[in-house]
Amino acid sequence: MNAVFYIAAAVAVISTVMVITRLNAIHALLYLIVSLLAVAVIFFTLGAAFAAALEVIIYAGAIMVLFVFAVMLLNLGPHATAQESQWLSPNAWIGPAILALVLVGELAFIIARGSLRSPAAGPVEPKQVGVALFGPYLLGVELASLLLLAGMVGAYHLGREWGVKNGESGVGSGECGVGVAPPPPFPTPHSPLPIPRRKEGGS
Amino acid sequence: MASIPMEYGLLLAGTLFALGLIGVLVRRNIVFILMSLEIMLNATGLAFVTAGARWAQADGQVMYLFILSMAAAEVAVGLALVLKLRRQFKTLDADAASRMHG
Repeated sequence: MNAVFYIAAAVAVISTVMVITRLNAIHALLYLIVSLLAVAVIFFTLGAAFAAALEVIIYAGAIMVLFVFAVMLLNLGPHATAQESQWLSPNAWIGPAILALVLVGELAFIIARGSLRSPAAGPVEPKQVGVALFGPYLLGVELASLLLLAGMVGAYHLGREWGVKNGESGVGSGECGVGVAPPPPFPTPHSPLPIPRRKEGGS
Repeated sequence: MASIPMEYGLLLAGTLFALGLIGVLVRRNIVFILMSLEIMLNATGLAFVTAGARWAQADGQVMYLFILSMAAAEVAVGLALVLKLRRQFKTLDADAASRMHG
């Protein structure tokens, strides 16, 4: 199990170095996913199987998919097709694929061995984590839910298109649209509302 | 076969954190800065899980869960900010937004 740890650590460091040196965002994202998977294997060798599963599902799954969607949104344009064909070239995915194959080999090795060798103090079961999470750390769970709510509201607020008309007219200068954009949001939701109410009152 | 020493796990966490920090300092593309932040948060979680495994306590994984939820909230807001930056400044250069225009 020691060799598994060292190989996974090497994969994690190599792929992280590749992340911060890539020029193309999608290439960097592929290496980042491999890095997170390598860290998941390390969690597994440390006896934290629950954390390993969460690393794969939430980090490498959900958060990275969010990144991929954002990068794809940022690259919408006439040259997007050419870029996409460039991204699908073998030298874009051969490096992450080799590193991921190393991790798959490690996974096969662990499964073939049959038993997970426990670390010095024994593995931490998911049940222990759950008991701790909803026992002494209950307040932290509530605070985390508040944080997620704040993140959701903040992302919605920032991602919303405030005053599309002003933004389009200010495209040339760029900076003019910035100052003008915030005022319109409130009139637009409010102005349609009084009209139906008056009609209802009139009828 | 001896088990993995805690120092190696912490060393790996420190290495990954330093790499993320270098990424934040060196890159100017805001998407790469966000990715480097993710690397740093992940390294912090690795340090917590390593310490939790050393003493066979669940607290390390609980802290990892909190870091995970914080990373999810951070990346949602961060990517919304990236999209807003792109819409307003037509660039992904973080230095383009270095001055506040009131």
